[in-house]
Amino acid sequence: MSSRETRTLRHPVSDGVVNVLLCLVAAVWLLPYLWMLSTSFKTLPEIVRAPTAPLPSGLELGAYRAVLESMPLARYFWNTTVMALGIALLQIAVALPAGYALSKLKFAGRGAAFALVVATLLIPAQVRFVPVFALLAEVGWVNTMTALILPFGVSAFGTFLIRQALMSVPDSLIEAARMDGASELRIIYGLLGPMLKPTLVSFFLFSFVYHWNDYFWPLVMTTDDAVRTLPLGIALLREQGTGVRWHIVMAGNVLLSAPALAVFAVAQKHLLRAVANKA
Amino acid sequence: MRPSRRLDPLWMLGPTLVLLVVFFFVPLLQAAKSSLYEWDLLTEPRYVGLDNYRALIDSGELGHALSTTLIMSAVVVVGSMTLGLALALALNRPTRFAAFVRSAIFSAYVVSWVSVALLWLWVLDADAGAFTALCRALHIPTTNWLGNPKSALYALSGVTIWKIAGYSMVLFLAGLQDIPRSLYEAASLDGAGAWQRFVNVTWPLLRPTAAFVGTTSLIISFQVFDVVRVMTQGGPVRSTSVFVYAIYEQVFLNLRVGRASALVVVFFVLLLGLTALQLWAWRKKGAA
Repeated sequence: MSSRETRTLRHPVSDGVVNVLLCLVAAVWLLPYLWMLSTSFKTLPEIVRAPTAPLPSGLELGAYRAVLESMPLARYFWNTTVMALGIALLQIAVALPAGYALSKLKFAGRGAAFALVVATLLIPAQVRFVPVFALLAEVGWVNTMTALILPFGVSAFGTFLIRQALMSVPDSLIEAARMDGASELRIIYGLLGPMLKPTLVSFFLFSFVYHWNDYFWPLVMTTDDAVRTLPLGIALLREQGTGVRWHIVMAGNVLLSAPALAVFAVAQKHLLRAVANKA
Repeated sequence: MRPSRRLDPLWMLGPTLVLLVVFFFVPLLQAAKSSLYEWDLLTEPRYVGLDNYRALIDSGELGHALSTTLIMSAVVVVGSMTLGLALALALNRPTRFAAFVRSAIFSAYVVSWVSVALLWLWVLDADAGAFTALCRALHIPTTNWLGNPKSALYALSGVTIWKIAGYSMVLFLAGLQDIPRSLYEAASLDGAGAWQRFVNVTWPLLRPTAAFVGTTSLIISFQVFDVVRVMTQGGPVRSTSVFVYAIYEQVFLNLRVGRASALVVVFFVLLLGLTALQLWAWRKKGAA
């Protein structure tokens, strides 16, 4: 096949046209972020006078200061991180032994146990939050970190992923460890855990970002500033009747989206893998 | 392998099973039970039989939640799949620029719904929003997109499409990369043009991926809540009161737990139906 033919095969439309279209596409996704950043550096008079001016007159940090003054930002940040970290680590800690039993051990009821795990995919947070709220209220756990972490302690997706990964680990390896006198606990966390590192890293990042971003559960489970998370706090900026104070809302939004974008920039490959894995 | 001690599986699965029962299965049954009671979270629940369901139907609330959710889901699923596929086809090339554009699009899937909602709340602002200004500059008739009951639901759908198009793009790209090049070469040798290659080679081989993307985006759009809560609070005139928002409103604004639970039960049954659809699509994927 001649090289010309190969090229027409790869690119049915000419490169120039495609590149122009792609620039437009990139603009649709990137301009809103740049617009957010630009607005966050403006002052109130600027927004009132020329709301759609593409650039701020200077790098004014007043909006960021206003965000810091209106909420305990550090505490929200800390709460969100502790919650997301707690959930992701708990999910892995719980799913490792479960995945091990479900993939490596033969026992009565294994199929049923696995079916139960998978069935939870049918019960999203929106279906269970009312009774869980009532339950947690009864034991006095509403407005605690426990209410934010424990209900997500088991992840069907994570258990499934770890079970799949363990299936490709040869039995002989585990048998050898048993012969050496290693306990099951040691085999699970000390031997298999490190072996599954790529899978666990992908899942950890996926779960961490998902819960860091979560709005629904913290919204329904907390009323107290002490346990409020960042997405809630930033969304409140808007609710407090900000009127035209968009520079403050956008400054808050920069603070909310920057960590997620940073994680994405660093760990794009892992996140993409987790999404493709889900399929 | 045999467990080294007979009861080992019990402690290994114990934490998982306890959490499943306490936080998934008991709440589901509890919701079904609460749907038969009138309860405001404060006083004793009172048994009312199927009254909650009847009230939801008679007041039109159930029908309204269903129709807003279905319209939004239809727009979102069709929009994000079409866009995701078009983007995957355009970006399935090994250049750096294409990789950059792919990342830009997928980043919207990674940032939070709250971020996206606030961002577009400002862009779509009726007085000073950039989108409104753009429309005026191009002489396109514009409106208060989020404040007009006729357009609000579609505006939210558009924002949702912007957020999740990257997800379907990534899955379609994975599907495209699984198609052997030799098939395209063979089609080319037979004289097939670009369009014919798409219809005869690409699309038939992507159909299983499309089924998966379609059903998962359907489930995502059924569960939409954050954009509604942040951008419109179900308004104007309840035009964006989708299912999950209606549930939330019944519990936290009206303190009607029974009514909310009845909505939860209907919602769960709908999700079951959608999942059955997904399994069916998957089976076809296995057969393909």
